[in-house]
Amino acid sequence: MNQLPVFVRKEFHHILRDPWTMMMLLALPILMLVLFGFAITTEVKNAHIAIYDPSNDEATRAISARLGVSEYFSVVAELRTPEEIDSIFRYGDVSMVVVFSDGFYGNLVRTGDAQVLLVADGTDPNTASTLVNYATVIIASYQQELTPLGAVPFRIHSEVKLLYNPHMTGAYNFVPGVMGMVLMLICAMMTSISIAREKEKGTMEILLVSPMKPIIIILAKSIPYFVLSVVNLATILIMSVFLLHVPIAGSLPALVVVSLVFIFVSLALGLLISSAVETQVVALLISGMALMMPVILLSGMMFPVENMPQPLQWLSRILPASWYITAVRKIMIKGLGLVSVLKELSVLVGMALALIVVSLKRFRIRLE
Amino acid sequence: MSVITAENLTKRFGHFVAVDSVSFQVGPGEIFGFLGANGAGKTTAMRMLCGLSKPSGGKGTVAGFDIERKPEKVKASIGYMSQKFALYEDLTVRENIRLYAGIYGVPGKLIGPRTDALLRRLGFQKEKDTFVKALPLGWKQKLAFSVAIFHDPKVVFLDEPTGGVDPAARRQFWELIYEAAHGGITVFVTTHYMDEAEYCDRVSIMVDGKIEALDSPQNLKARFGSESMDQVFRQLARKAMREVD
Amino acid sequence: MVEVLGVHKKYGKVRALEDLSFRVGRGEIFGIIGPDGAGKTTLFRILTTLLLADSGEARVDGFDVVTGYRDIRARVGYMPGRFSLYQDLTVQENLEFFATVFGTTITANYHLIRDIYDQLKAFNSRRAGKLSGGMKQKLALCCALIHKPEVLFLDEPTTGVDPVSRREFWEMLKRLKAQGITILVSTPYMDEAVLCDRIALIQHGRFLRIDTPRNLVVQYPVRLLSVKGPSMFTLLRELRALKGIRSCYAFGDSHHVAVEDELLTPESLREKLRAMGHEGVEAEYIQASVEDCFMELASTGAAS
Repeated sequence: MNQLPVFVRKEFHHILRDPWTMMMLLALPILMLVLFGFAITTEVKNAHIAIYDPSNDEATRAISARLGVSEYFSVVAELRTPEEIDSIFRYGDVSMVVVFSDGFYGNLVRTGDAQVLLVADGTDPNTASTLVNYATVIIASYQQELTPLGAVPFRIHSEVKLLYNPHMTGAYNFVPGVMGMVLMLICAMMTSISIAREKEKGTMEILLVSPMKPIIIILAKSIPYFVLSVVNLATILIMSVFLLHVPIAGSLPALVVVSLVFIFVSLALGLLISSAVETQVVALLISGMALMMPVILLSGMMFPVENMPQPLQWLSRILPASWYITAVRKIMIKGLGLVSVLKELSVLVGMALALIVVSLKRFRIRLE
Repeated sequence: MSVITAENLTKRFGHFVAVDSVSFQVGPGEIFGFLGANGAGKTTAMRMLCGLSKPSGGKGTVAGFDIERKPEKVKASIGYMSQKFALYEDLTVRENIRLYAGIYGVPGKLIGPRTDALLRRLGFQKEKDTFVKALPLGWKQKLAFSVAIFHDPKVVFLDEPTGGVDPAARRQFWELIYEAAHGGITVFVTTHYMDEAEYCDRVSIMVDGKIEALDSPQNLKARFGSESMDQVFRQLARKAMREVD
Repeated sequence: MVEVLGVHKKYGKVRALEDLSFRVGRGEIFGIIGPDGAGKTTLFRILTTLLLADSGEARVDGFDVVTGYRDIRARVGYMPGRFSLYQDLTVQENLEFFATVFGTTITANYHLIRDIYDQLKAFNSRRAGKLSGGMKQKLALCCALIHKPEVLFLDEPTTGVDPVSRREFWEMLKRLKAQGITILVSTPYMDEAVLCDRIALIQHGRFLRIDTPRNLVVQYPVRLLSVKGPSMFTLLRELRALKGIRSCYAFGDSHHVAVEDELLTPESLREKLRAMGHEGVEAEYIQASVEDCFMELASTGAAS
């Protein structure tokens, strides 16, 4: 009864002869291992912090030195006034500010107590608590050293303040990420599938042999998804504000402008994909695997990019979604305006233009 | 000794009677054409005979086995070629032959020599390692037929085997059928190409689930005073109530 | 109306079209007849500007297929091989879409499609995907005509369609011709060839002959007999083995036998066969059909 081995052999033939299947089976696990191994780390290294030290005494300098030396932190600024704390969070790139009280060492020696205030960016509660913990440990070890044996221990109290997300709601972090993902999904994936479908069913042939200009076909394919995306954008924002209580701290018009540009980028990406594929299945695979996976892992929506190895950080910068999510965070969570996201905006506009030009050029007016 | 018998064979789907009490017999080496418009019930009837579908009423035997009680034995004794040829496009000619030979239990020692003989007969020696998807349509069809009879079945069922194939290739295909029938294999073929009915020894024409005519093409033409099977069919089809869809 | 000169097209190593040249006049029904894979679809795609030929020239309504593609696309109607309309739009929606794409309306050219559309009207709000094969073809034809094209390119329009609808389809084509539309139609069905004004027989990318069906048939080089008898298969084999027989093909209820030897008359053939053990054989002279001509030309003509 050699039916079974014969049939099994046939199945192997099918698998081995289909390049897409082979890629999924062999390349994908390797890719995932690498990405998850390196990209996904909840450890924090070289987090950017700033220090406001009005005392500038022996103790504060010692603590600051230890923080600076620690592999977890990288002191990027020393603040001069308390006002700078707020602005460095908003416009700078720090995750935490260490605020010493005035006359720190003096207080410590005289009363046995001194205060340190740790102000952390609460947008990502996990990172925030990790940073706070590290800092607290470092401060505690200094405190330990300072106390001579047998004497009443000095106590350095660390107080923690979380900006932007006082209740440590996870939603603050993922809403911008979801926005980026959903918009990219709808625009890129659906547009590419729609055009691929015309090719697959053969209706594209008839459209080509007609006076209809390619640009009209492209526009007609993009406009419905553009409209749908705007509707989705509105829905997500309304739900975040009213259901999840994630406020839009910054300017709504700015948010809308940035989102519209991102939608254009995603549409253009969808067009580009469709110009390279012939069937819907392949369009789905590419926009699903090749787009969504990197976006989820590398755009910063779930895992902080700063902690990833350099090559992955560069990759993150190629993704339009990374720029968009950063911009949305600045506007929604930090309450900034259009001016502060100019960098992200111009990158996105540049990407949109480049992609649109390339897809138009690639749109084939003939079958070959 | 009939190779296929059908006695009041019926198939109902709910209230809809797809095949309405058909009866006929087919002898060894006969080319039997099962004609009718789409939706007349041909495919349903054929599926019952192949053991693929259970009859709602009536009886039938194929190669001596009861189609209702011993469908597995029926399947093992017949060859089958469906409308879509059922050859694996991403396997080569030789691999396809080997596969079906294995499925139908052709003894290992015989596979090699028989494969060579088949390739020689079809003129496919140079193509034995070509992927089926690279073959022209007419060749695929000839190969599919040869594969269906590779294990020397008593009967081979062909379901619209020449759909979409050009007349020249269809002619070559029918020559293969002639040869098989000459070798003793009974050929049961459904088709809606009326000109192909002429190749058959006898044909039956199904209309709305019933057999409205059963005879040799010559006799049918004489009876209906027609010059071609096409005309015979059109006269019978006028009585059809089912939508030709 | 259509001019083709020395067109070549290769796909990798396969020569799809080799040195094709022909002309089609205004208002002609020109048939391109040949089996699958002969190159019919490739030729049509080049003429409708969907593909570029490797070499050669082609013009449709005076415009070059390479440089004047936009003008051509505005003037031709095209029905590709598969049913290529929107399955999930209704009959009405499909028609309106194509009318709009060509910058016109259904009413503007209604007279052109009226005869065909009358048969579809009952199904106006049915989705195209749910129509029968014959109905789909009629809808596709309407959509190709809705903008009053100068030339119609129909690529195997009747494949997979039942014989009744096929006949009706060709009746419609004749009426369109009467309205001055030039029609190029490809088909593997030889019996449709006789319905064309002129036909080009194509095989392996080359034209075997271009002529009117009548001329083609008249020029059949030898005498043709129809032979039938009780055991058709052995008859076929033994006829092929006889000397003086040019070819023998199965044609349904009879075999068509082309004889080179004038001495092989129906009577003498019957005698010969009786001597070999075939009783009850009928034989008579017949006129060659387009299919016979094709088989003849294909075997002696350009082998690629």
